[in-house]
Amino acid sequence: MTAMCDVAFLLLTFFMLATKFKPQEPVVVKTPSSISSIILPDKNVMLLTLDAKGRIFFSIDNNAKMRDALFEYINSDKGLNLTETEKKSFDLVPSIGVPFSQLKAYLDATPDQQKDMGEKAPGIPADTAAEAPNNELAVWIRNARNSNPQLRICIKADGDASYPDIQKIIKTLEGWKIFKFNLITNLKAIPTGTAAYKDANAGVTSK
Amino acid sequence: MAEMDTSSGGGHKKGPGVKKGKKLSTRIDLTPMVDLGFLLITFFMFTTTLAKPKTMEINMPYKDKNLQDEDKNKIKNSVALTVLLSKNHRVYYYEGIGDDPNKAPDLKATTFAQKNGIRDEIIAKKKMVDDMKRSGALTGKDEMTVLIKPDTTSTYNDLVNMLDEMNINDIKVYAIIDITDVERGFISATEQANGIK
Repeated sequence: MTAMCDVAFLLLTFFMLATKFKPQEPVVVKTPSSISSIILPDKNVMLLTLDAKGRIFFSIDNNAKMRDALFEYINSDKGLNLTETEKKSFDLVPSIGVPFSQLKAYLDATPDQQKDMGEKAPGIPADTAAEAPNNELAVWIRNARNSNPQLRICIKADGDASYPDIQKIIKTLEGWKIFKFNLITNLKAIPTGTAAYKDANAGVTSK
Repeated sequence: MAEMDTSSGGGHKKGPGVKKGKKLSTRIDLTPMVDLGFLLITFFMFTTTLAKPKTMEINMPYKDKNLQDEDKNKIKNSVALTVLLSKNHRVYYYEGIGDDPNKAPDLKATTFAQKNGIRDEIIAKKKMVDDMKRSGALTGKDEMTVLIKPDTTSTYNDLVNMLDEMNINDIKVYAIIDITDVERGFISATEQANGIK
């Protein structure tokens, strides 16, 4: 009994220390699989989520300084007249999936209401041309890059999202001369007998 | 069971004249603590994210509106494989870049299947390019190039699968390019010929 309790508490300590709470996700997204095993970095990440219906959500890691800067940029760029309270709300908001016209209302809502609104959100409007006036995604990307130039761009898209939707994001990024970005995928096994398989196994044996 | 026994065990016996002090029980019931412990374990096990998300890095070709035609790299027809992604996860491919307006490329249909899928075609083409390099028909600079052209009816799954094939087969040069109307025509012509709707 004592031994079991010891183990149990050891496990408890381990999980308490090792835990990192799952970030709140705006929508459920089923990502496709690939053999790539690069781990997503913790910091300086901008995440663009695309769900199966083609709605785009924008989120950024919790760096208050960067978020404040982004808030100011967006506020002045779009002339939204946002207040200090809304700035505080912006610091905590997990993701944004509303057009600028609804941003004020979204930031004024309580976290519970925001969650509810997020589910019904229309997504950030985007277009294949980065300069298009209705391409609000481009405004987000540009200002986020201004607030933190080291920002790495990750796209988390649903496998069932249609190509024209993902194309909008890729074209917008290309419009801002961003040619390198990460796609979030699940890990799958490397098929045997292929070039990548030989490569991976050569690394193991030579060590 | 779940108590701590702190009563002095055995040892020296007290003499006959010595009076025993009244012993208070020092046993503590540990059951609630253990219950709480397990509850917390369960909670942390469910909320924790041990596996971090994996990502795939892609580099898109550099594009600029001001880029002149003569600055652009021209790829040779012999090293290129064009892959068209179509609806219902179907894949069409043809050799070359298909820039000859007079001659329609020979479109072949395949899938992402493990066997006899697009992978086998890529491997075959890669071998062909390597052979041509060895025989001197191509210089060392020439690399096999895959042009990925997703149709509007394809999904993100198809695109990632195709990019994954590039990694799996170690294709160093590939590009995602917009599909042209001409190629869309090829697909529908092939679909009609094969009776696919």
